[in-house]
Amino acid sequence: MEQLQEQIDAVKSQIEGMQNKTPENKLAMVVFSGSLDKVLAALVIATGAVAMGMDAVLFFTFWGTPVLRDKKKNVKGKDLMGNMFGTMLPKGATDVQLSQMKMGGLGTAMMKSLMKKKNVASLEEMFGLAEELGVRIVICEMSMDLMGFKREEMIDYEHLEFGGVAKFLEEAGTSKVQLFV
Amino acid sequence: MADEMKISKTLDLKGLACPMPVVKISKGIKEVEVGEVVEALTTDPGSLTDVPAWGRTTGHEIVETSQDGENIRFLIKRTS
Repeated sequence: MEQLQEQIDAVKSQIEGMQNKTPENKLAMVVFSGSLDKVLAALVIATGAVAMGMDAVLFFTFWGTPVLRDKKKNVKGKDLMGNMFGTMLPKGATDVQLSQMKMGGLGTAMMKSLMKKKNVASLEEMFGLAEELGVRIVICEMSMDLMGFKREEMIDYEHLEFGGVAKFLEEAGTSKVQLFV
Repeated sequence: MADEMKISKTLDLKGLACPMPVVKISKGIKEVEVGEVVEALTTDPGSLTDVPAWGRTTGHEIVETSQDGENIRFLIKRTS
């Protein structure tokens, strides 16, 4: 009888272990790029994932980080490098360029007007939709620190968190789909 | 005839591009009761592939798909 109980306990703990390893119906994505086209693709996939019944979490790092700056917010007290980076890098979703066919900004302007004409949502609209659908965004703390960004200058977004690689890997490890854009 | 099926809600998604058709359908389907039917009207040719894929993934039944020129019409039954 005791032996049987031991066996049952062993099976139970095995099942629990398996449950921890079973991926959730979730999408985890690294958004490394900061260009209009690539961030748009990331947001289309993320909002599509929610429509498909999944959870979605986007981890914005490196060139992706400036896209999350709020154009209206200005923070003081940055050092020289922080100020320089702050000026040179795009400020928010309206400020970003295409990754190709830039043509000194002309390509981006053309693409934006084409998107409007073809009824494709703009980047700002996609962020709004993502927020409404509950897409989570994690901003890489290390990238922010490197580029001299402060938390106070990032966008107001209901599901915004700050984190590092462990946070991403925890999310990715329990996700069915993982992408790097 | 499937056309006699009672439609509880109509979503006019004409002119909308990816990902809007599936995003709006996924919202709209939650606004009807299980067993009821949503009619979705689209013009995005991609929705012909996307809406069935959405149905297979979420389990909602695409009862009927029809096309008239650029106009596409889906009847979708909420299953859960």
